[in-house]
Amino acid sequence: MQTETAHVLEVKDLAVEFHTVQGRVKAVRDVSFYLDRGETLAILGESGSGKSVSASAIMNLIDSPPGYITQGSITYRGQDLLGMTGAERRRINGCKIAMIFQDPLAHLNPVYPVGWQIAELMRAHGVEKATASARALELMERVGLPNAKARFDAYPHQFSGGQRQRLMIAMALGLEPDILIADEPTTALDVTVQAQILELLQKLQAETGMGLLLITHDLGVVADIADRVVVMNSGEIVEAGTTREVFKHPRHAYTQKLIAAAPGKGALHAVEPSQDGSAPLLEVENVVKYYGGLKALKGASFTLMPGETIAIVGESGSGKSTLARTLLRLEEPTEGRALYKGRDLFALSPKELFDMRREIQMVFQDPTQSLNPRMRVEQLISEAWAIHRDLLPRAQWSDRVAELLLQVGLLPEHAQRYPHQFSGGQRQRIAIARALAMSPELIICDEAVSALDVSIQAQVIALLDELRRTFNLSYIFIAHDLPVVRDFADRVIVMQNGEIVEMGTVEQIFNRPQQAYTRDLLAAGLEADPDIQSARRAERAAHAALSAV
Amino acid sequence: MSSFIGRRSLSSGISLIGLIVLIFFLSRLTGDPTGLYLPLDASLEARDNFRVVHGLNDPLIQQFGRYVADILQLDFGESIRKARPALEVVLEAFPWTLWLAAVTLFCVTIAAIVIGSLAAFNVGGPFDRLSGMLSLAAASAPDFWIAILGIFLFSVNLGWVPTSGTGTVWHWVLPVSVLFIRPFGLIMQVVRGSMINALSSAYVKTARAKGVKERSIIFVHALRNAMLPVVTVIGDQAAGMLNGAVVVETIFGFPGIGKLMIDSILQRDFTVVLAAIMVTALAIFLMNLLIDLLYAVLDPRIRY
Repeated sequence: MQTETAHVLEVKDLAVEFHTVQGRVKAVRDVSFYLDRGETLAILGESGSGKSVSASAIMNLIDSPPGYITQGSITYRGQDLLGMTGAERRRINGCKIAMIFQDPLAHLNPVYPVGWQIAELMRAHGVEKATASARALELMERVGLPNAKARFDAYPHQFSGGQRQRLMIAMALGLEPDILIADEPTTALDVTVQAQILELLQKLQAETGMGLLLITHDLGVVADIADRVVVMNSGEIVEAGTTREVFKHPRHAYTQKLIAAAPGKGALHAVEPSQDGSAPLLEVENVVKYYGGLKALKGASFTLMPGETIAIVGESGSGKSTLARTLLRLEEPTEGRALYKGRDLFALSPKELFDMRREIQMVFQDPTQSLNPRMRVEQLISEAWAIHRDLLPRAQWSDRVAELLLQVGLLPEHAQRYPHQFSGGQRQRIAIARALAMSPELIICDEAVSALDVSIQAQVIALLDELRRTFNLSYIFIAHDLPVVRDFADRVIVMQNGEIVEMGTVEQIFNRPQQAYTRDLLAAGLEADPDIQSARRAERAAHAALSAV
Repeated sequence: MSSFIGRRSLSSGISLIGLIVLIFFLSRLTGDPTGLYLPLDASLEARDNFRVVHGLNDPLIQQFGRYVADILQLDFGESIRKARPALEVVLEAFPWTLWLAAVTLFCVTIAAIVIGSLAAFNVGGPFDRLSGMLSLAAASAPDFWIAILGIFLFSVNLGWVPTSGTGTVWHWVLPVSVLFIRPFGLIMQVVRGSMINALSSAYVKTARAKGVKERSIIFVHALRNAMLPVVTVIGDQAAGMLNGAVVVETIFGFPGIGKLMIDSILQRDFTVVLAAIMVTALAIFLMNLLIDLLYAVLDPRIRY
């Protein structure tokens, strides 16, 4: 149907291999896709799917060694990129095809002013210095950075996360490229900021007519802005088509699984009758935490019933993690009380606190960091029994470890392995097993599924839910996005700037939010459904048009 | 910034006082210098007289009190050996060491940065392996041996440069070359490691995606980020050299502060030893301050 040379960018039968100690690993096989001006193609995949490697191949960013392109072609306007010299590729990079990345703080050079860095792209392609600087300033204004002129000479660390991504975008747009490759451009950002960045990308695309190649793991982002989507799994393309086609009628089993796993689609939790008459497990009263002059937590109060799951949702800086850490006494509160079974956690003596720690456990965001890499799984799980000696006689440790591993969906023989031998999802299961080792009544999960792939996320949440029913556990579940919480929590607390903005049952929060901020959060969250997203977009546009009048 | 310098000066001042106390009493433990200065057959009277003139008969604590009182008036006492103010003797020797250190470190820094960066650019390549071997050899070479070998080869056999002393530019060649070798090996390795880190960073990837030339990726983007640990090591090496390159100065008869200190210690010329220590301590303090300020210049995230 399409003629060979019609596409601006065309990748054909691409294969990339990495030479590792274990031998050759095929990171990408038989990958073909194309992109034209004005359209948005998403490459959707989970970690290890090869989506980033494919994008890096286009930009000549694969480190070689160890990576080698073993097969295929990449053409830009009919010119074969892979046959070019380094200098020729350099003339295309940044000028014709530009790229932005996931973590803008790491991807901006920390020791040079941002204006200089934006102008550098143009200087590298022969634009004269003064012109480049003037244009860099224009670009900073164009991507919506307030006070661009004054901040031209500021350094990357002096900007917020969203602003840094705007700077990256400004930099990429310097020479009006035909194609912009965006590698997980909003993954590190808060939902409301993510919505703004996606909005900006779409606006700039409409203005410049560039083609957008979006690399992402996020179904919501794809549903929101992609025209077409290519789904990758284990280095191969499993499905390709228009976004609506793929989302509504996924043909490949993997795509079906992925779309089914997207959070926020299940029936809302019916509010379980809060066992009337039973005393609350935890009563938090006006907890305040200041770090010097910084008011991280300005007074939070809520109660948690036995067997209940409360989700605390908020963007970065909302105080949600501070609240969790304070409840665990990992931070000392400035003010307030937290009654756990009637006893104030903040007034416990060191000995009492030691005993109390058994009953409240924590699961952290990144299991790679929260599990000591030099300890075997058995040691990791049984460490608590070595500290709390009366809990379990040593002879029973290995049996109990095996039992716990089975409970979290691992195998007893995994006990002798080290954390690096597991995948991210399995590691989080180990962290959960470790928390369960103390037979706690309350587990605080701090972003416990945020670092996991969507399909793994769904599995871990299902596991937590099952454990709750088995052991009558209570959870405080801290998250930055609402959809995850929707399927799992009984009640939701929305926090902003150190304060509780709104509190209610899932049903209340999702169907009848009272506060503007909650509504903003809900609106900014992306549904894995192109129809819903385009409807929302139209609504927003109408709203904007209305307020413009 | 000024409060940082103030705090820094205060803590350095306290260390300096501790150092003076320690050195004063330790040096006295080495014994009485009288026997070293007077002829073997000097009369008891002459010996007593010598002790009185130099205040060696008073109780130690009294000698110390007098010394401190004099220092507060910037009087560091007389050199017994040279019969001149000790400070004068020290300040005569210090510039020689300062220049020797400055010239050497300048060469070391340039060479280490260029060679280390190029090695890091192609890790495992022939240049990296060759420079790695050379730098390892350099970092482990004993300087007294290199110095003597150098004199034997270039002065005695080839006659290209003088064996020792000062006077012409040629007198500097051997001492600088010998002093160069070890710090070069060390600093080159630090530059290489730090550059490998910087070149694999995300911002270098961005620069490549922007189409920036490799040369400016290495020397503009990566190098400035890689400089912090390098500056630390250079400072450390410089401190060693300011203390006097004792071995090299002695072998080449170079009239720097290292040679002066060794001579003064052997002759129990206490005033000169103490003055020399104070001058070098001050120099090292100033240099460390300079390095801290350099950090802030190199990395905008560091502010005092």
